[in-house]
Amino acid sequence: MHKLLVDQPGEKKFLLGNEAIARGAIEAGVAFASTYPGTPSSEISLNFFQIARESDLYFEYSTNEKVALEVSAAAANSGLRSMCIMKHVGVNVAADALMTLAYVGIRGGLVILTADDPYMFSSQNEQDTRYYGKLSGLPILEPSSAQEAKDMVGYAFELSEALQEPVIFRTTTRLNHSTAPIIFGPVKLPETSGNFFKDPFNYVTVPAVSRNLHVKLLKHIEEAEQMACESAYNFITGEGRWGIICNGVSYNYVTDAVKDLNIIDKSRILRIGFSHPMPGQLIKSFLSKCEKALIVEEGEPYMEEAVKALAQEANLTLSIRGKDPALFSRLFEFDPAMVRKCIAAYFGVPYEAEMPADVSDIPDLPQRPPNLCAGCSHRATFYAVNKAAEGMETIRPTDIGCYTLGFLPPLSNGDFLICMGSSVGTSCGFSKATGKKVIGFIGDSTFFHSGIPGLINAVFHRHDLTLVILDNQTTAMTGHQPHPGVDMEGLNYPGYQQVSIESVVRGIGVEHVSVIKPYNVKKSIVAVKEAISHDGVSVIIARQNCTLFDKSFKRSVGRPFYVSDRCKNHRLCINELGCPAFYVENDRVRINSTLCTGCGVCAQICPEHAILPFKQK
Amino acid sequence: MDIKRLIIVAVGGQGNLLASKVLGEAACRLDVPVRMSEIHGMAQRGGVVESAMVFGDAVSTIISDGEADILLSFEPLEALRAIKKCNSRTVVITNISALPPFTASIGKGKYPDIDTIVQQLKSKVGQLIPLDAKALAKAAGNELSVNMVLLGALIETDILPVTPVSVEDAIRETTKKAFLDTNLKAFEAGRGAVREQIA
Ligand code: SF4
Repeated sequence: MHKLLVDQPGEKKFLLGNEAIARGAIEAGVAFASTYPGTPSSEISLNFFQIARESDLYFEYSTNEKVALEVSAAAANSGLRSMCIMKHVGVNVAADALMTLAYVGIRGGLVILTADDPYMFSSQNEQDTRYYGKLSGLPILEPSSAQEAKDMVGYAFELSEALQEPVIFRTTTRLNHSTAPIIFGPVKLPETSGNFFKDPFNYVTVPAVSRNLHVKLLKHIEEAEQMACESAYNFITGEGRWGIICNGVSYNYVTDAVKDLNIIDKSRILRIGFSHPMPGQLIKSFLSKCEKALIVEEGEPYMEEAVKALAQEANLTLSIRGKDPALFSRLFEFDPAMVRKCIAAYFGVPYEAEMPADVSDIPDLPQRPPNLCAGCSHRATFYAVNKAAEGMETIRPTDIGCYTLGFLPPLSNGDFLICMGSSVGTSCGFSKATGKKVIGFIGDSTFFHSGIPGLINAVFHRHDLTLVILDNQTTAMTGHQPHPGVDMEGLNYPGYQQVSIESVVRGIGVEHVSVIKPYNVKKSIVAVKEAISHDGVSVIIARQNCTLFDKSFKRSVGRPFYVSDRCKNHRLCINELGCPAFYVENDRVRINSTLCTGCGVCAQICPEHAILPFKQK
Repeated sequence: MDIKRLIIVAVGGQGNLLASKVLGEAACRLDVPVRMSEIHGMAQRGGVVESAMVFGDAVSTIISDGEADILLSFEPLEALRAIKKCNSRTVVITNISALPPFTASIGKGKYPDIDTIVQQLKSKVGQLIPLDAKALAKAAGNELSVNMVLLGALIETDILPVTPVSVEDAIRETTKKAFLDTNLKAFEAGRGAVREQIA
């Protein structure tokens, strides 16, 4: 039985925040879930994917976040408790659906989980999703710890059903990827058969209907604010006159800081866990008991703006600070010492910071950036494109996935990236605006997610570009999730129909389509040359399984290689491929045979034919 | 309960996530409050992976610069890179078997000499415990159990509120049966290496 399905209330397990959230949904009787994978949210859905195989839960990896939300919105409007999971930027993709779903509302509880990524550990921006609460009118809940997150999921479903609105459940990386002992509660059996009651004058959002629905939404927001004022997730600790208002993981840093600074009796902390609508009355009464107040929140001054406005409404003149050059920044994530220091500074508490070891005399250390795995087929594709386009002036937009790492030297493929699918749209623009040859890169999963409309645009407008679709049969970067192009039968998951990228591309009307096996270097270079000399839209599908994923099935490619003494030390292999299996020892190139997957790409480019496979054991 | 803060740094793929999981499970078994924070995702593709573990009565899950009580490093260069997490009392345990980053092989930066790394670490922290975890793992039967060797070394310092027995139990529960024997041997080897150094 899956570890998150065990129905043993009181049981304690050491769980990742994301696992705790999945468990919370199971305890709340979630019946339906959809997602598009995105770090730091991915492990929630990974667990649902496994759980769905052995329970009544319906789960799907949808093609993108908008589709995922629409799928879940329908389930929730059929009365099923549903959950839709995405990373913060995924909310942008889903936003069109989100904004009007707020008008329509739901019947069965719908929890939309977003994972923000302050500091951008694995994201392209650090947008603060709380503003989507303001924009859409939907309630927002924000837990501070993994245990609280688990418990709060149940509350989120109840709140959603009480208000008949989806609830946004906002988490951040440090919660998703923190691990702690979690105490299990009882499991609620899900209601799994949905029923949709037609009511077009409430469900079909033509203007006349939406005018009424917007009125309804505003009422719901008012009710929600009342609930926020009474919610146990907006709580106050301490009775001092130094007010601190905080949320999410910042609450943990504040809790530790007032203890470390010995000011528990002087402080009064308001932890906001129900942050949209902000609990107006509660905040006003809190402020009226404070001499001054500090707002501790990562990201944007979302609470600070609200708190300052509320103070003004209540005619309170106390000092309220948060984002301030001398205090907190809107940038990046917080940490315990930073919060301690700002609290001490603002309230005038003496404090001596711990002295970190002096690093001034440490020389510049060689960087260790993430790198494509040894044997990754993307490396071979990038190499082929570099060779095929040698001497040409090209622009190479890229996209989101492991292959984004190809922008680093020595492969240096990747000139522009803003969001999922942007490789294709920006290729269109660059080709028109500059007249230069444009070669875009997009992964298989990203192509299905949002690459297709861009490609249709390219064909329709007869743009001149080559799109390389890196098809490695999985969504590798986020932990090897399936996508519509994956052969699910082959992975032992029956009940799916594979969508062929090649047929999609041909169906769109791309004139020049070629499929390459990137491990076959010569043929690949020839095919890429042909594609880029084509005038108009050409597509290259570079198809080779993700080697890391294959490794996990013990489907290894071949025997590892070694560098024989034919090597003349040109180092083309290292300097042009940059495979991490290479290393230099006593000024000679060597291959780490535990890392080498036997793809044989380096052996094909070595001019001395010095790289040879080990004899069969 | 006293608060103890541990930072673990490693190179993606060295098995550090398993080591921290074992440690967390062990603390759980003893009802020691524990929280841990890790970064998953892109960094795991051969980049630096850092875990923070906080034992005892604190609720934060991350550790600020200068505030680690122990630094456990799976790789010497990464120990030096993580030194800003330490202060003059921190105990540093590091594997001295190097994994030069790719950048050094293509001539972007030079991997410092191990002796220099050791000297620099020593001069900045409370105590340095260097050991060749790779050799010890190999001797225990599996080069890949570097993580268990380092876990053994860590436990032997007796700084964290977890017992060797609880860690062994957690290893039994968490690691694959096929590797159990070598894992336990490697764990013991790590403990032995530290016992010698401390004695
Ligand atoms: S996980 Fe797969 S796709 Fe990603 S870098 Fe590794 S081999 Fe390449």
